Amino acid sequence: MTAFARTERLGSWGRTASFEGAVARPRFAGDLPAVFSDPERPTTILAHGLGRSYGDSCLNPGGGMVSMRGLDRILQLDPAARVLRAQAGMTIEEALSILTPKGLFLPVLPGTRYVTLGGAVANDVHGKNHTTHGSFGRWVRRIGLVRSDRGAMQVSPDDPDGLFAATVGGMGLTGLIAWVEIALTQVQSTDLIVEDVAFDTFDEYYELMVNHGDSDYRVAWIDCTRPGYGIFTHARHAPIGETQPHPRTKAFAVPFDMPGFLLNGATLALFNRAYRGLKRRRHGPRRAHYSTFHFPLDGVRDWNRLYGERGFRQYQCVIPDAGGREAIWEMLRVISKAGDGSFLAVVKQFGRLPQPGLMSFPREGVTLALDFRNRGQRTLDLLHTLDEIVLSAGGRLYPAKDGRVSANHFQYMYPNWRELEARRDPAIQSSFWKRVTRA
Amino acid sequence: MTAPPARRVVILGAQSAIAEACARRFAAESASLVIVGRDLGRLNEIANDLAARGAAQVHAAALDLAAEQRPAERFLEWGHRIGGVTHVLIAFGTLGDQTRMESDVDAARLALETNFTAAALWALAAADLFERQRSGVLVAIGSVAGDRGRRSNYVYGAAKAGLGVLMQGIAHRLHHAGDARAVLIKPGLVETPMTGHMDVSGRLWARPEEIAAIIHRAGAKGGPVVYAPARWRWIMLAIRALPAFVMHHTRL
Ligand SMILES: Cc1cc2nc3c(=O)[nH]c(=O)nc-3n(C[C@H](O)[C@H](O)[C@H](O)COP(=O)(O)OP(=O)(O)OC[C@H]3O[C@@H](n4cnc5c(N)ncnc54)[C@H](O)[C@@H]3O)c2cc1C
Ligand SMILES: NC(=O)c1ccc[n+]([C@@H]2O[C@H](COP(=O)([O-])OP(=O)(O)OC[C@H]3O[C@@H](n4cnc5c(N)ncnc54)[C@H](OP(=O)(O)O)[C@@H]3O)[C@@H](O)[C@H]2O)c1
Repeated sequence: MTAFARTERLGSWGRTASFEGAVARPRFAGDLPAVFSDPERPTTILAHGLGRSYGDSCLNPGGGMVSMRGLDRILQLDPAARVLRAQAGMTIEEALSILTPKGLFLPVLPGTRYVTLGGAVANDVHGKNHTTHGSFGRWVRRIGLVRSDRGAMQVSPDDPDGLFAATVGGMGLTGLIAWVEIALTQVQSTDLIVEDVAFDTFDEYYELMVNHGDSDYRVAWIDCTRPGYGIFTHARHAPIGETQPHPRTKAFAVPFDMPGFLLNGATLALFNRAYRGLKRRRHGPRRAHYSTFHFPLDGVRDWNRLYGERGFRQYQCVIPDAGGREAIWEMLRVISKAGDGSFLAVVKQFGRLPQPGLMSFPREGVTLALDFRNRGQRTLDLLHTLDEIVLSAGGRLYPAKDGRVSANHFQYMYPNWRELEARRDPAIQSSFWKRVTRA
Repeated sequence: MTAPPARRVVILGAQSAIAEACARRFAAESASLVIVGRDLGRLNEIANDLAARGAAQVHAAALDLAAEQRPAERFLEWGHRIGGVTHVLIAFGTLGDQTRMESDVDAARLALETNFTAAALWALAAADLFERQRSGVLVAIGSVAGDRGRRSNYVYGAAKAGLGVLMQGIAHRLHHAGDARAVLIKPGLVETPMTGHMDVSGRLWARPEEIAAIIHRAGAKGGPVVYAPARWRWIMLAIRALPAFVMHHTRL
């Protein structure tokens, strides 16, 4: 019997790329080595988590895929030592629902809870607390890896041959991640004390970021149609209160592909209303469950379908603080001139904590994330122009969000890429990696 | 609200995807569990997870469930380990390759013995135990395949149909034994290793977690036959009603 018996279609979040081919679904640790020795294994394979990456980094057309979701067990949970060792297919949602009743929390959370631990490591994801906590990989103590050439092995940060650093942010290329051991934080309550503040210049935004530097989480939304205007939100864990996981209720699902124009207009209108409300009077801090703060979009299942059949592209870059303001200003100008760009951008601050991975995306500076409805070549041209602004400001793009950056630009942004290539499992490949490593 | 009394559950075929999803529900309610399958390594992988998810105790037992000679003794032994048995879930099964079973006697025998004979003997032993206790819930997983013979899976279907009749009889018998109950779950199409070679696109497929939620509810209340999900009751009503001359023209 082969583990690659079924042909399936797997996608990524932006819906501009997909995979159709043989998919293996291992369920037990012992199935992983067998995936490599399978007589019908395609020449190359790639691990797939929940496909929450937007572009082609989680796809391997022409080869095979290994869905890791069936490996979703806890191997060890030590509440006193605050350590969780779990299989890589467990999602952040599942982990939080087990951890929060015990007053434990994950130190770094991306903007959706539908991400696997393996995916969180492979893209070294960041949250709204990078300045104080760094990226996900900083909290990883050990990783269980299965490779075609070395079998099952463990890697840790003090690993001499650099395989740990290559795996964190390594986009799944260094082996199948079987399990992850991660240090946890403690919370007194699953509620957050959240405050929104409207601003109308960039200087104000920076001031707010600095003034609220002691908050646990900080993020801002800016209005691309009126550069400088935005809403800054910061939050801290409530000192006392209940420890409740997010509710299990079914989220409202988007039933079909909505025409793209609905989304941008509608969100912008909502944003403006909130903005005007905040301008009229400061609301002061409110109490909110972590899920509504951290995962605002998870309330609408399949919201990516709102962009219509052709899908969308997300663009996320980080720009070093020196010259950062000018570069962002320039990007927003280009976007609003193009007229069909994003209406809202999410802005976060990255700090100077050392990056755990060879290819980790975060570096000190400001990060900007924008959605663009896919309009084919026109969108690609716009994004290419943005790439040039990012590059000349010394910034780089987030591979998890990319599906089109040129090999040239990528190699310039990530000069370490050859070190990852040297540690890549020869039986693993992705469409993203093939594209960006072309000479 | 007071917490329900702690459940003490024996799961036969605990490595099955559906069974594991059920076990997680029981574990989250601090149940004590005996999980039985035939690969100790895999069972331990499951047991660690269940303990971390809140199970009061988890005991793993490796056993070929189709070869056990003394099921009643096993139940007593497991009962000693976890302080009694309040629930038994019979989840093991094998689909078998229909075409092969038409000519290969051993293959056909394996499917018939696993899905019917072995499951039936375990069910009878559990029924005895619960009848004596005058309490306990026996849940066995049958299949909609047992509702009508179809050329694509009738050997498997026949065994599941037999198990269905047996469970019906046990439910009748336990009706006179205090709070003891027996429930047959009839899943439709479920995305598990058993169906790993099939195309799972299409709206009829359910995830193991959905079936587990139904099984878990059936452990607390409800009738003796539960389709999972419920829509299969109507689908199978229609399929059973198809006249043979129509049925024989389908590829079902
Ligand atoms: C709404 C939304 C908000 C987001 N917000 C953030 C954010 O705030 N910060 C952030 O950093 N990211 C964010 N992301 C991106 C997301 O966190 C990453 O793309 C993440 O890696 C997705 O995880 P996944 O489990 O879906 O993996 P996939 O997207 O399926 O795969 C991602 C990569 O991980 C690899 N991989 C997955 N599992 C394994 C494994 N077991 N072994 C080896 N390799 C593996 C894949 O090969 C691939 O290279 C967001 C995405 C969405 C949709
Ligand atoms: N999937 C469906 O669409 C579907 C539909 C209707 C009914 N069902 C029924 O649901 C139940 C659970 O199946 P599943 O879908 O969860 O598939 P599964 O994951 O393949 O589970 C079947 C399990 O039965 C075990 N088993 C078989 N023979 C055994 C034996 N002699 N001793 C010990 N264990 C044995 C297998 O163990 P190994 O891992 O060691 O092989 C396997 O773990 C089965 O009764 C099945 O018939 C399934």
